[in-house]
Amino acid sequence: MLSDEILRVENLYVSVEGTPILKGLSLTIHRGEIHAIMGRNGAGKSTLANVVMGHPAYEITSGNIFYKGEPLEDLEVFQRARAGMFLSFQYPAVIPGVQVGTFLKKSVASVRDDPPKGRAFRKELTAAMEKLSMDKSFLSRYVNDGFSGGEKKRLEILQMLLLQPHLALLDETDSGLDIDALRIVAQGINEVAADSACLIITHYQRLLDLVKPHYVHAMMDGAIVRTGGPELALELEDRGYDWLEVTA
Amino acid sequence: MSDDAQEIIGDYKYGFHDPENSTIRFDKGLSEQVVRDISELKNEPQWMTDIRVKAYRHFVERVMPEWGNCSLLNMIDFENVTYFLRSSNKTEKSWDDVPDDIKNTFDRLGIPEAEQKWLGGVTAQYESEAVYHSIREDLEEQGVIFLDMDSGLKQYPEIVKKYFGTVIPHSDNKFSALNTAVWSGGSFLYIPKGVHVEMPVQAYFRINAKNMGQFERTLIIADEGSSVHYVEGCTAPSYSTDSLHSAVVELIAMDGAKIRYSTVQNWSSNVYNLVTKRAVAHRNATVEWVDGNIGSKLTMKYPSVLLKGEGAHAEVISVAYAGKGQHQDTGAKVHHLAPNTTSNILSKSISKGGGRSSYRGLLQVTPKSTGCRSKVVCDALILDEDSRSDTYPTMEIGNSTADLEHEASVSKVSNDQLFYLMSRGFSEEEAMGLIVNGFFEPFTRELPMEYAVELNKLLELEMEGSIG
Repeated sequence: MLSDEILRVENLYVSVEGTPILKGLSLTIHRGEIHAIMGRNGAGKSTLANVVMGHPAYEITSGNIFYKGEPLEDLEVFQRARAGMFLSFQYPAVIPGVQVGTFLKKSVASVRDDPPKGRAFRKELTAAMEKLSMDKSFLSRYVNDGFSGGEKKRLEILQMLLLQPHLALLDETDSGLDIDALRIVAQGINEVAADSACLIITHYQRLLDLVKPHYVHAMMDGAIVRTGGPELALELEDRGYDWLEVTA
Repeated sequence: MSDDAQEIIGDYKYGFHDPENSTIRFDKGLSEQVVRDISELKNEPQWMTDIRVKAYRHFVERVMPEWGNCSLLNMIDFENVTYFLRSSNKTEKSWDDVPDDIKNTFDRLGIPEAEQKWLGGVTAQYESEAVYHSIREDLEEQGVIFLDMDSGLKQYPEIVKKYFGTVIPHSDNKFSALNTAVWSGGSFLYIPKGVHVEMPVQAYFRINAKNMGQFERTLIIADEGSSVHYVEGCTAPSYSTDSLHSAVVELIAMDGAKIRYSTVQNWSSNVYNLVTKRAVAHRNATVEWVDGNIGSKLTMKYPSVLLKGEGAHAEVISVAYAGKGQHQDTGAKVHHLAPNTTSNILSKSISKGGGRSSYRGLLQVTPKSTGCRSKVVCDALILDEDSRSDTYPTMEIGNSTADLEHEASVSKVSNDQLFYLMSRGFSEEEAMGLIVNGFFEPFTRELPMEYAVELNKLLELEMEGSIG
């Protein structure tokens, strides 16, 4: 149904500092769908996530991105966030001196339409942290400052739970996680994915064992070269990407 | 408001001024007669008059500093300054007795409210003298003396005579000479042996008149084993002509005493703020300077500690924000003069909109000071291409047993930080505000809560309308 369309990328070409990265990528995601994008390093997977979120370093040379049927180009990054878009970063930035608790509260207040306040917020926060097996001491630490890889990813997922996005872009959220952490993170993703559109960028099958994608896309040289169901992920894991080059 | 005025005032919310109702106002300009007149008007003992005159003569002979921001310093027109202005004939003990317009000003600055909530005592200085002063009865009963400096000299001349100018002699620098010559107002605080003052005491300094010179003089003595936290704030109206604030602050921490002195200086951007602050720490005493510089046109201020007694400790945490047209030349000086003394210096500065911040530090370790430890950390954050930050650290190390650390960094806000924060719903200005507040956090967390909240708001305001 058209009304459930969240993201539509049409024949997108993107360059970074004059170098073309995305070359005619198209993709549509509806509410309730989980899409996974797999591909080698340098295929343009992270570029796709960043350009959808509005990173200023990426230049769209042609093509369009629509969010809920509206063109995205005029929306600034923070407006995209306030409209319900979320990117879980592969390498989240460190913000020294800003406590996680303050940061989360302010972020929720700017993004959510009717943000929980005071006790309601604390209750929601505590519940979300429990789900992710995060200790309360996280809240008084500075955002990503001195965090291990796993802690950073958990904080990303915690933000996703609290911000309740309509579109979640997860950029290699599984990398650097041990199996227990992966399970916890996957739980978080599944919870949000049930009611939103979700795009998972990954190198590995193992996250997709825990978060079942409806569609799997193989990406090569800036475009999607094959789309299938969960079985495609298994095939890519098994055979690599070379066979696609031959058939593409 | 004209564009020019807006340019000068900007978002500075303390830039309002009252009509000037002075009871005594000296003509502009400085001479030996002006110095003698101030002393006579205040009915001072002869020895104080003599100190003033001696200091004045030194001031006249002393050349301007040939470091810091010389071009701005040389623009000071000492003949265009009002050196004494009395706006109320008495220092009142009740806000109700303070003249209405002055009381309104302090209401707008939130002083009476803060006093009721969390302060142990308050001095409010308006122009040259204190207009309001009070201290909680329980502190008075414990023998704590908290007075404006003029009353301190009247009521406790022997204590003042004993300590005045012993930490900062008039000949220390040109501006300490000026202050000693024309000083008026400031705080006199004495904490008896073993008394711990739990609630901070506060002084608030307000300049109202144009081309005003404010020269408060503060002397704090913490007797053996006592402790106190003294807080000061300062603001002034925004005028297109300059005002001069030149204070001298002397602290004496006796054996085992602890003094914390916190400042949030938010002068309007037409004020020269040239202040000398120095402390002596005796055996096992601790002195902490928590020094925030947000306002003024040019600030030159380097809170110092002389670690005179064995085991004494100094802590200096300072931040400076230099916006458009501002130069914050700040830092810290610590002199390790006795064995096993320790010090920590943390300095953080932000430059924005063409502003300039300089860190100027001195760490001295004398041969006597064996087994001392010191750590100095300087971080600068530069928000745009037009702004500037410099570091001038000096170390004089006189023995090889000292354990010293020095770290310095200069950073910019990264695009990755901005993109990350914006992807979490913060506008670019809000994101900058968060980053800036985070950068100052090690300072802010040392302030009383009310000050910290106010400072954070202030910095967020500074980030507004700044991104094109």
